Amino acid sequence: MALGLGCSARPGSSRANRTGSWRTFRPVFVHDKCSRCGLCIQVCPEGCISEGEGGLPVPDYDYCKGCGLCAEECPSEAIEMKKEEK
Amino acid sequence: MTGDSCSLFEVGHRACGGCAAALAARTILNAAGKDTIIVSATGCMEVFSTPYPETAWKVPWIHSLFENNAAVASGISAALKKQGRKEKVIALGGDGATFDIGMLCLSGAFERGHDFVYICYDNEAYMNTGIQRSGATPYDASTTTSPAGKCSMGNRRPKKDLPAILAAHGAPYVATASIAYLPDLKKKVQKALETEGPCYVQVHAPCCTGWGFEGEKTIAIAKLAIETGLFVSYEMENGTVTRVKKVVRRPVEEYLREQRRFRHLFRPVRNDAEIAKIQAIADKNAEKFGIDIKIKK
Amino acid sequence: MMEIMEGSHAVAHAVKMCRPEVIAAYPITPQTHIVEALAEMVANCTLDAEYITVESEFSALSACLGASAAGSRVYSATTSQGLALMFEVCFNTAGMRFPVVMSIVNRALGAPLSIWNDQQDSISLRDSGWLQFYAEDNQEATDLHYLAYRVAEHKDVLLPAFVCFDGFILSHTYEPVEMLTQDQVDSYLPPYRPVLRLDSADPVSIGLFAAPDYYMEFRYLVDRALKGSAGVIQASGREFGEMFGRDYSALVEEYRLEDADCAIVAMGSICGTVKDAIDDMRKDGIKAGLLRIRTFRPFPAEEVRKALDGVSSVAVLDKNISLGAKGAVCMEVRDALYGTQIPVQGYIIALGGRDVRKKDVRNVVDLTRSGKGDIFYGLRNEVLK
Repeated sequence: MALGLGCSARPGSSRANRTGSWRTFRPVFVHDKCSRCGLCIQVCPEGCISEGEGGLPVPDYDYCKGCGLCAEECPSEAIEMKKEEK
Repeated sequence: MTGDSCSLFEVGHRACGGCAAALAARTILNAAGKDTIIVSATGCMEVFSTPYPETAWKVPWIHSLFENNAAVASGISAALKKQGRKEKVIALGGDGATFDIGMLCLSGAFERGHDFVYICYDNEAYMNTGIQRSGATPYDASTTTSPAGKCSMGNRRPKKDLPAILAAHGAPYVATASIAYLPDLKKKVQKALETEGPCYVQVHAPCCTGWGFEGEKTIAIAKLAIETGLFVSYEMENGTVTRVKKVVRRPVEEYLREQRRFRHLFRPVRNDAEIAKIQAIADKNAEKFGIDIKIKK
Repeated sequence: MMEIMEGSHAVAHAVKMCRPEVIAAYPITPQTHIVEALAEMVANCTLDAEYITVESEFSALSACLGASAAGSRVYSATTSQGLALMFEVCFNTAGMRFPVVMSIVNRALGAPLSIWNDQQDSISLRDSGWLQFYAEDNQEATDLHYLAYRVAEHKDVLLPAFVCFDGFILSHTYEPVEMLTQDQVDSYLPPYRPVLRLDSADPVSIGLFAAPDYYMEFRYLVDRALKGSAGVIQASGREFGEMFGRDYSALVEEYRLEDADCAIVAMGSICGTVKDAIDDMRKDGIKAGLLRIRTFRPFPAEEVRKALDGVSSVAVLDKNISLGAKGAVCMEVRDALYGTQIPVQGYIIALGGRDVRKKDVRNVVDLTRSGKGDIFYGLRNEVLK
């Protein structure tokens, strides 16, 4: 395939890089405790948490780096960081 | 809900976990929308988002050099004007590109009055090259070129007041913001985009790797910077401060002791004199901007 | 229509007729008359362009890069220190494949400070990926701008171009110049159709960084496009000749070379003097000829080899010096003649505006024929002690 003229690339092609493999801790979303405030969706630096059914947050583990920011900021303590088992 | 289901900043970028700059980029694009052209300076954000052939950007994006993004943006702005196009132009740079090496281009572009927004993600040192001091590095911060040592307490100079410098250029809108308050950041970016002429937004963006704290604390640290008065979130319209985020101030120590870059102020022995100097900087900020919320006893 | 014009004004008018949408330039002697003339045209609405009065040459080319990325035809002009300040942006513009056209009003580089002519400035950017044209007179300086846009914007080239002409000697000299009409220029130079453009309707990321797994390929592609531009120059130069009577299909010009014994190789305005000197020498039975290099990048090695085939010696006049080595043109010519037995002598000449007269050219030919070369020509005696 021809290279992108002048080192250019098509938008959003970073999706090919699955950063989920970086993770050492996994955020586990405890839906019973979730208030559906959406703060985790807002603060995720990856943008890999989306709003699912009933307003519940859905993480994309293909890209979640496990930074724990969502768990730290969650006002309901509804996200637990669990060590990845590999 | 505040989610952005159609994010313009794609997953798969290579920022550190808990990166404030990545969070800022995502929020800025969310605020600006798809009809925005981004001009990135060389730096962390540029590097983690665009290793060929992968780009995280879903809006038109260009990177030329470290120090010329304001000049490139002025060229783009002129071309859009000539072509009768309505897209917005945002130049994005770290504090190295903005405060230091790109100052000439930035000053020129602001003086000429191009219609664009310059956004600096301020992580207070050259992070991309390994945490060297910049003109935005705060007093006493230890960096790899201002290391604390037997005869040094770290960076000797206070942070450059770039917002005031750009306001003095006649910029109609200048604002500071923090990744700790994302809706506020979003609002300020939108206001800057809506304002004609050169506007500046400086986003305080703590760097877990460079400052020495865990990635999950990024927002907590950013919040402490605001709550101690060491970083003030405000808006300036036509050179006058019009809005300031007020806080119930906390002692600077609460902010400093959470970060490796200030560790030498506490270990091996606590340096009260230096901590007092930093407290004085916060006090001066508080007085200048009137950030203190007075609690009636 | 033939007009008597100052070189700078002739160039400014040619640029105007190329319809640039964005102009960004910073004034520097001896380039100023061009950018002043363009500013005046914009002020009087005879040129419909955005004129950015940047704070430095560094920003001038950066702004051009941005405007080009947004899809506009752009123009800048500079010289000497200004071009040196653009160094980083020059490499960037070529690597990012933006067809910026820039006039270089050739001038010496400090230190010591000198506003006078040589070609050190543009020669020092020879590795940057820009096409480099060198004009002998103001007619050519003017015409080469039309050609430069046409070639630079060609879909198989997409590289920036310098149009170089000697400071003061050409820029400030009044000469008769045949100016094309706007209709003629429009018929030769179509509107710019960018291949790569910042556009929210089709968002693309431009200027990513390349790790070792891709960097070399991008550099190869620039080199391939620059070398390949020779064919586009030939075709576009031929078409120019067919339309307007002045043929620029060759990357070099030969003057009385067919039976020459000693060939002089040079670039730019010095070639006028060289031609007169050759005519005089011929009258005295000295069979000298000239090979003028009009396109220095891409370097026309094949044409040079062909043109110099059969001469018994070559004198290269370099208005530049790669300090610690030799003149840039001399090194290229030697490389082109590698494997032949033709001796090539290099002369560093006319640096910083030192005048060159016909008798100097004759002296150089004498030196060449006696095998003496690779020297600075015409130095004051006190530095030779």
